[in-house]
Amino acid sequence: MKATAEPPAGDAPAPDYLSSGYSLRSWLCTLDHKRIGLLYLVSITFFFMIGAAAAAAMRVALLSPKGDLIVSDVYNRLFTLHGVLMIWFFLIPAVPNVLGNFLLPLMIGARDVAFPRLNLASWYIFMTGAALALYAILAGGVDTGWTFYTPYSSTYSNGHVMAMAAGVFIAGFSSIATGLNFIVTIHRLRAPGLTWFRLPLFVWSLYSTSIILVLATPVLALTLFLMVLERGFGVGIFDPKIGGDPLLFQHLFWFYSHPAVYVMILPGMGVVSELVACFARKPIYGYRVMAFAILAIAALGFLVWGHHMFVSSQSIYAGVVFSLLSFLVSVPSAIKVLNWTATLHRGSIRLDAPMLYALGFMGLFTVGGLTGLFLATMAVDVHLHGTYFVVAHFHYVMVGGMVMAYMGGMHYWWPKISGRMYHEWSARIAALLIFLGFNLTFFPQFILGYLGMPRRYYAYPEEFHALNVLSTAGASILGLGYLLPLIYLSWSLCRGPRAPANPWGATGLEWQTPSPPPTGNFATTPIVTEGPYAYRPEEP
Amino acid sequence: MITATPVSAEPTPHPEAKAVTNQLGMWTFLATEILFFGGLFVVYTLFRLTYPEIFRQGGQSMDFWLGTVNTAVLLTSSLFMALADRAVRANQRALLTRCLALTALLGLVFLGIKAYEYHGKFAEHLVPGPGFRGPPGSGPRLQIFYFLYFAMTGLHALHMLGGLAAVGWLWRLNAQGRLNSGRTEPVVIVGLYWHFVDCIWVFLYPLFYLAGR
Amino acid sequence: MNTGSPLATLATLLLTQASTSAARIDHAALGLLAASAVLVAVLAGLNLYFVVRYRRGSAVPRPPSALASWKIETLWIVATTIGFLGFFAWGARIYLDVERPPAGADEIAVIGRQWMWDIRQPNGRREFNELHVPVHTDIRLLLTSEDVIHSFFVPAFRLKQDVVPGKQVSLWFNATAEGAFPFYCSEFCGSKHANMIGVVVAESPERYARWLAQGDSAPERLARGGVLYQRYGCSGCHTQPSAVHAPALAGIYGRQIPVTGGGFVRVDDAYLRDCILTPGKVAPAGYPLIMPAFQGVVPEGDLIELIAYIRELDAGDRVDPNPRTSR
Repeated sequence: MKATAEPPAGDAPAPDYLSSGYSLRSWLCTLDHKRIGLLYLVSITFFFMIGAAAAAAMRVALLSPKGDLIVSDVYNRLFTLHGVLMIWFFLIPAVPNVLGNFLLPLMIGARDVAFPRLNLASWYIFMTGAALALYAILAGGVDTGWTFYTPYSSTYSNGHVMAMAAGVFIAGFSSIATGLNFIVTIHRLRAPGLTWFRLPLFVWSLYSTSIILVLATPVLALTLFLMVLERGFGVGIFDPKIGGDPLLFQHLFWFYSHPAVYVMILPGMGVVSELVACFARKPIYGYRVMAFAILAIAALGFLVWGHHMFVSSQSIYAGVVFSLLSFLVSVPSAIKVLNWTATLHRGSIRLDAPMLYALGFMGLFTVGGLTGLFLATMAVDVHLHGTYFVVAHFHYVMVGGMVMAYMGGMHYWWPKISGRMYHEWSARIAALLIFLGFNLTFFPQFILGYLGMPRRYYAYPEEFHALNVLSTAGASILGLGYLLPLIYLSWSLCRGPRAPANPWGATGLEWQTPSPPPTGNFATTPIVTEGPYAYRPEEP
Repeated sequence: MITATPVSAEPTPHPEAKAVTNQLGMWTFLATEILFFGGLFVVYTLFRLTYPEIFRQGGQSMDFWLGTVNTAVLLTSSLFMALADRAVRANQRALLTRCLALTALLGLVFLGIKAYEYHGKFAEHLVPGPGFRGPPGSGPRLQIFYFLYFAMTGLHALHMLGGLAAVGWLWRLNAQGRLNSGRTEPVVIVGLYWHFVDCIWVFLYPLFYLAGR
Repeated sequence: MNTGSPLATLATLLLTQASTSAARIDHAALGLLAASAVLVAVLAGLNLYFVVRYRRGSAVPRPPSALASWKIETLWIVATTIGFLGFFAWGARIYLDVERPPAGADEIAVIGRQWMWDIRQPNGRREFNELHVPVHTDIRLLLTSEDVIHSFFVPAFRLKQDVVPGKQVSLWFNATAEGAFPFYCSEFCGSKHANMIGVVVAESPERYARWLAQGDSAPERLARGGVLYQRYGCSGCHTQPSAVHAPALAGIYGRQIPVTGGGFVRVDDAYLRDCILTPGKVAPAGYPLIMPAFQGVVPEGDLIELIAYIRELDAGDRVDPNPRTSR
């Protein structure tokens, strides 16, 4: 993608977005999408650490089959906290609100997003929801699980369900605002010459994710609202005592929550495309198919929610339809993995840390996706539903997939965001530790699940002991792996070497700006004349 | 050939382009509202198909005349909103002020009637929960009708409050002289929202007030 | 029961197959495992190979690809779709067989409640957190919950069914091996969810029959049912003479009766259950719709006993409105 972005000769260089104001007010009242991205970065990192601490506590507790380290009620609140914080306050905002906010306008040659004030408002809405969720946790917690199934959540649970649900409800508006902003930005603010099929795949993934956010999140809102109303009234439409249907909650909940998992993974896939193209110095294989696959995953993702309910007592024939559609939605994901592999063929590959994360993603997402097929196979799901197999499956796609993509993206764009280079070998070691620790933590859980260990158990039969110990051992390595980037990335902020505009020699409009970019991104409007990924592997 | 054009301070510099951008934003927002209320309509439909008798009983307990008057009130407020749009395009700022005021007034009347109706339901023990006392011959299942009634009309009323705040914002903009035939955009956007909320009521009215008649 | 040593754990990797469905489900899982292993191996192998061979600075030639990309794309889209659909069909086939119970299965009632399983055998014998079944016999569990959603999961049978309040669901199996097989609650249901576990005791039909006979005798069960019939007020309307025009229940079980809206229905357990919990759903013709709904009023255990009582109510019996039975 060729463009000009240098300021007219003779002007003083614009201050970069980081040094254009140091007061707290300049950060909290900013309208700069880049600063808003960093506000989100600080927030989600904080929530990630709380969620990770809960996970650590759970894994330590699971060292003992009798569950005598942590009482059942506390354990139940821990896994609920872990799920709620990790999903709504880390995974869903991570790539879109941190990397997306920072990069989208840069990648399309715009000065900012379409509605900068809405963008800032979305962060405040997010923090309001988070405050409520934290209040619910500190006031004594919730033990319904992140899935809030009725009638337990609406009638029987004595936790702070309403506050927690309200927190998630409010955070949902932040998602909607972000999705709306991105859709309008991509439609309206692309630089001249930047047609749809010249967009980087990361932008395609943000677009598709935004459509899901905008269409699915309202259904979560109404579901939580109805559940909280039932809790408030004392009876409601999910209550079988007055003829209500507890399963209706599940249908409504999963109608949002299944597309939500594509909200989590699609931006990660977009990041991986950027990384693979850059570090193999080759255009992504089958660009158009990749773009259509991104759209297909979003569209089909709305049709498969019932695969969470095969044993719920829903109609078995409805189940058959959901199973069929679940297999079909896996096809575009599989195609993406194959296309990434094909991109490596005859490329010119360098194993920098971002590429290590991308390769890790490809492997772990493949395992996660294939184990999803086990769960989509109805008869097998009858055995595996509600067991640790499911836990392992979704951690493979979310942590092995999504978090690795996020880490890869953070490392790749770190020079652009911070203006500094991080220490490469520390990053490679951390990536390796994360990969190894992750597999040791979660692979044994596939076996545990097949053997029949149910999930959300604070205590378990003796025969599951050894595999649980292995899993906890892996978790300690994984924790160490996550701690390292926190250290060396922070260190690089003060002591890292200053980064050039384009340290990786990557294509993309964001690399045409200085590192870090000035507040207005581009002094002159870039004009695009080429497609993305105009790499030539033969050149060094 | 590559030309470099200097950028302005706004993300979308040109007014016509900005107008389209803002409208796209409002339509996208309305899409989320369609999913939100649409989901509730699906829930309503499921229960109506399963338990038709409670919708007959519940519908008959609603005050037909209050509901009909309220519908007329809301539709008239939408008329004035549309007239406000016309006024701003014709640069008739005084007319715009009056139309906005009438829109808001009628909106308030709507909410007032709604509040009166809710009060009536409380007084007749028709609120779901331990204090519920349905008419003779009805069972606890009737609470499902009232649950849906409060949930859906309550959410609609909340959206009305948001709409009133938006109309208030327009009134203030106009008072500051910032609305004219060259800058009609805010009126168009709020108008879209107001008409949409009105549309939702047009569906709620037959579902709750005309059921069982 | 193994002690958790590594070797014992390894042995239980070959999880016992103790039902007719288990082997079929294991085969499907193994098929998926094999296909997945092959795919992962191929992809990992290719990626590693490319990363090494095409590393930056390696002198290997990199000519542009001769094969048109749309051909390759079409090839693997089609191949993936066909492969995936194959697994779908395999799984769906087994699932429909596993979910549709065979006719003539023995029925055992299971009530889940926080945090225990209350099981009623066909002759009324009751057990808690234990399920005695005869091997090589089709067994159909009729499950319901009294509070929140639970889930009945027997890993050795590879079977699971969510247990939902307000409805009765079923799970069928045919145990193929004698032994004690754990079952778990596998849908989070509150504080002691992890303690809601039990054991299926599968034994030979002879031993099972002997065990069953040690439960309450039939007259004792009937007496209990009779007391409930009075307590819930059923006799007030349904036993003649009564001021209310309600169907007499003596001898009604098994008969075909006309229903409002035309047609006939056979009075069986499921129909009686519906009539008690949600009268008016399919109402007997010719009677006013004034029976109150007992949903949420009659607990599951009592419901089972009431239905058993009505089942035994012979046309010749006259139910004494003031029974002097002691419980």
